Amino acid sequence: MIHQLPGLIVIVPLLASLAAAASGWVNRKYPFIIAFLALSFTAYASISMLIYTAGGNVLTYHMSGWAPPVGISYKIDALNALVLTAIQIIALINLPVSNSYVKYGFEKKEAPFYGLYLLFITGLTGITATEDAFNLYVLLEVSSLTGYALIGMGNTRSPFAALNYLIIGTIGASLYLLGVGYIYIKTGTLNMTEMSLMLPLLKDSSTIIMAFCLCVAGILTKAALFPMHGWLPGAYSNGPNASMGIIAPLTTKVMIYVLIRLGISIFGVELFIESFSLSNFMVNFCAIAIIAATLKALYHTKLKKILSYIIIMEVGYMAGGFFLGNSDGTTGAIIHIINDAAMTFCLFIAAGAITSKFLEEDIRNIRGIFEKMPFTSLAFAGGALAVIGIPPTCGFFSKWYLIKGGFGAGQYLFAGALIFSSFINAVIFFRIFEKSFFSDKNHHKTPENLQAQNINTNKQISEAPLSVVVPLVSSLGLIIFLGLMTGKIVENYIIHLI
Amino acid sequence: MSLILSIKPLFAVLASALAVPGIISSGKSQNFRESWTFAGAIIKFLIIASMVPAIISGKELYYSIAEILPGIYFAFKVDSFGIFFALVAGFLWIITSAYSIGYMRTLKEHSQTRYFAFFALSLFATIGAAFAANLLTLYIFYEILSLSTYPLVAHHQDEKSKISSRKYLGYLLFGSVGLALPAMIWIQMKTGTLDFSTNGILTGDFSKAEIIILLLMLVFGFAKAGIMPLHSWLPAAMVAPTPVSALLHAVAVVKVGVFCVVKVITGVFGVKLLAHLDIGIIIAWIASFTIITSSLIALTQDELKRRLAFSTIGQLSYIVLGIALLSPYGIKGGVLHIAMHAFGKITLFFCAGAIFVKTGKKYISQIKGIGRQMPFTMGAFFIGSLSVIGLPPCGGFLSKWSLLLGTIQSGQTAFLIVLLVSSILNAAYFLPIVYNAFFYKEKSDFKDEIDEAPMFCVVPLVITAVISVFLFFYPGVFNTLADMFVNSIYGGS
Repeated sequence: MIHQLPGLIVIVPLLASLAAAASGWVNRKYPFIIAFLALSFTAYASISMLIYTAGGNVLTYHMSGWAPPVGISYKIDALNALVLTAIQIIALINLPVSNSYVKYGFEKKEAPFYGLYLLFITGLTGITATEDAFNLYVLLEVSSLTGYALIGMGNTRSPFAALNYLIIGTIGASLYLLGVGYIYIKTGTLNMTEMSLMLPLLKDSSTIIMAFCLCVAGILTKAALFPMHGWLPGAYSNGPNASMGIIAPLTTKVMIYVLIRLGISIFGVELFIESFSLSNFMVNFCAIAIIAATLKALYHTKLKKILSYIIIMEVGYMAGGFFLGNSDGTTGAIIHIINDAAMTFCLFIAAGAITSKFLEEDIRNIRGIFEKMPFTSLAFAGGALAVIGIPPTCGFFSKWYLIKGGFGAGQYLFAGALIFSSFINAVIFFRIFEKSFFSDKNHHKTPENLQAQNINTNKQISEAPLSVVVPLVSSLGLIIFLGLMTGKIVENYIIHLI
Repeated sequence: MSLILSIKPLFAVLASALAVPGIISSGKSQNFRESWTFAGAIIKFLIIASMVPAIISGKELYYSIAEILPGIYFAFKVDSFGIFFALVAGFLWIITSAYSIGYMRTLKEHSQTRYFAFFALSLFATIGAAFAANLLTLYIFYEILSLSTYPLVAHHQDEKSKISSRKYLGYLLFGSVGLALPAMIWIQMKTGTLDFSTNGILTGDFSKAEIIILLLMLVFGFAKAGIMPLHSWLPAAMVAPTPVSALLHAVAVVKVGVFCVVKVITGVFGVKLLAHLDIGIIIAWIASFTIITSSLIALTQDELKRRLAFSTIGQLSYIVLGIALLSPYGIKGGVLHIAMHAFGKITLFFCAGAIFVKTGKKYISQIKGIGRQMPFTMGAFFIGSLSVIGLPPCGGFLSKWSLLLGTIQSGQTAFLIVLLVSSILNAAYFLPIVYNAFFYKEKSDFKDEIDEAPMFCVVPLVITAVISVFLFFYPGVFNTLADMFVNSIYGGS
């Protein structure tokens, strides 16, 4: 069974998305049930593959039995087992959240919504699992096109944001495709393993250098590294709550995965980092990206805009960490893919719950979140501390590795940018805590006032629905759990990659 | 030194964290809510106390929770110094809980549930830091402590407390993230470990200049120790309700900072290495500067709590100075001072709070003649002052005596003068308050008959004052533990 899972993990949600879209005609509840079953299966599959790959085992699957270079092969190693698990777990626990928003926001659109949801996950899963560079492009487009549709379902500004995203996203994907085309011309294969055997011999070829630049530029555009980030804030802050729970935490992270895959499996670290002597330039570039995105986040006052810029900042962390080219930097980048997925998931769901409860986006006008939504506030605070990098949340441990990598490579600007962004993040989030978490009521110590206040606070609690709160609180648990598991993750998985 | 595996440290740390859900869920009934605090505090103290015999018999307790980074465990190790600090903090939490009830209820403070919940969380972090087995675990609890005291500092939610709490968090996070974290990463990169070891872990990996930089990064990074110039968060934090200032900003939080400094000097750098390279003197001079300057500033403060805060800054540097002397008596004096200063200073803060509860007065110039109305409070204030100045018959004398011997033992008599000058300054900023309270001749706002603050306020401060005196005659367990700590460093000689 385990040897079939790399194929099934893509095929099951793909077929389920068609079934979900069709089943809506029979009963409007079916799409959700189908999505739930499919994602439960993929979650199970990803976890069993994660267990299998612990210690450096690798799973290879040839689609329809055709071996590469003719056929498409899927290969699961420690790196994508981790990312796959992150995708599937988030897709699964986000499902009830989406359900509670879809029910009220998009009546009668459940079937297409869950169809797109599953297709989007299919795309991301496929990108992560495939060993075929062209197949990766196909699935990239699958996830992007469904992503545009999911974002376009939001508020009045979202169709425009989706269009913006579509144009830039298509440019990014095309650059990548062009790069893969050049590699194919030179090597005659699309299989990553075979490419990686041939490319070191071709390292002086200008075609390969061009291919490298195109691939990296394309992927970094899709990952929204500053200054190629223009599409992201609009799309993520205007998109519907129903879909932001999967799009915001996963899309950019999967692109970083592709970047790392390009580095360690296609070009090879040696070629990627050393021969093209890009490390120094790119790390400094990422350091500037981190600083710029952090300051942008500081400047904004709309909750989701802030979070969008924080995602852009995190992209800088991960890309920069990888370009450091040492094992600590790469470890940091890989762990941060998972950790950042967990914390942005937590923050976006919490932000969605807060903004839809208060019907207000601007943190300057929100008051008393804590009194109204204690659990949501708790989870938001946890996610915020993870972004700042306070132990024992997971954000601290990825930052630990990234800073250590920066020191090890002598890239003090990058390490400094990480520390700087921690400070600014602390300012950003504590400003939110200070302004929005507590109410402005004057706390005069008169008994009447006190009594009135007690009555108020007792009546005030009005949490988001349970289907939002439970995933939120579990994501908070995940943030701390991942932090405490860092040692295990590094020793069982990441060590075997580098 | 035998290491035994025991889950007691974990329970001792968790006891107060487990009380938090109880506190939050029973917010409607005040008495029921406070019984959670007391249950947590008493159970915590009993578990801590139950570990003392094992420690005194020369064992160390160890418990590991998870391997958070390869080779670095999230783990507890209880040694003589850790249990020393935990005993002080754990015991004073019980007293402070009673005092909190008197203070918060009399003033009808808002959000008391939040207050008690975060108070319990702060103690969770304090004891976690006391028992940390390595620098990373210590750092984790240090950060939890910074964040869990933030809502207590910001308690009043007005403009002043907002500004103060920003300052509070700004200083502490700047220190921990900007200085201590990079230093820690640097050490781990070079040595591969962060475990505390009695001989230090840096041997041979760093040059002298690098060691100086690292030492400064860590000593200033743990900004809770209040060493100048990273001290001004402490006077700002005085906007918090007085029980918070009393337990957290005279005992738990600030002493976690000093605790970290002591742990870093003895467990990471190693006393022998610093003595060999003759680096301790840098820290000693910084600490001396802090002692004198803060005492001078304290003289100028009219707000009672701010004067106490500056006094705390100076006293914390006594401890740092004692350790930085790198002599057995100096270290013993520094360690003892953690306990002695704790009992003395918490008494003073309790008195300041009791005066505020009863009369609403915050300024020293307003409380002349108060001794006739509140003799118990001002009597306790007098004892607390004596202890902080370091005069017999109070515990503070013992630690200061040991510190003085330490300066002579290390042959650096300049610091002897620093300590003596500071004692005079301490007397100069405390004793006039007491004198004016009792012997102010002119007419004052205060009554002539005894009219004290509520029982819940007065009894705790009398208890801590009595203990301050008691410790002079029977330093008992504290003395033993401090000796054990010194012996563990100097190999039993």
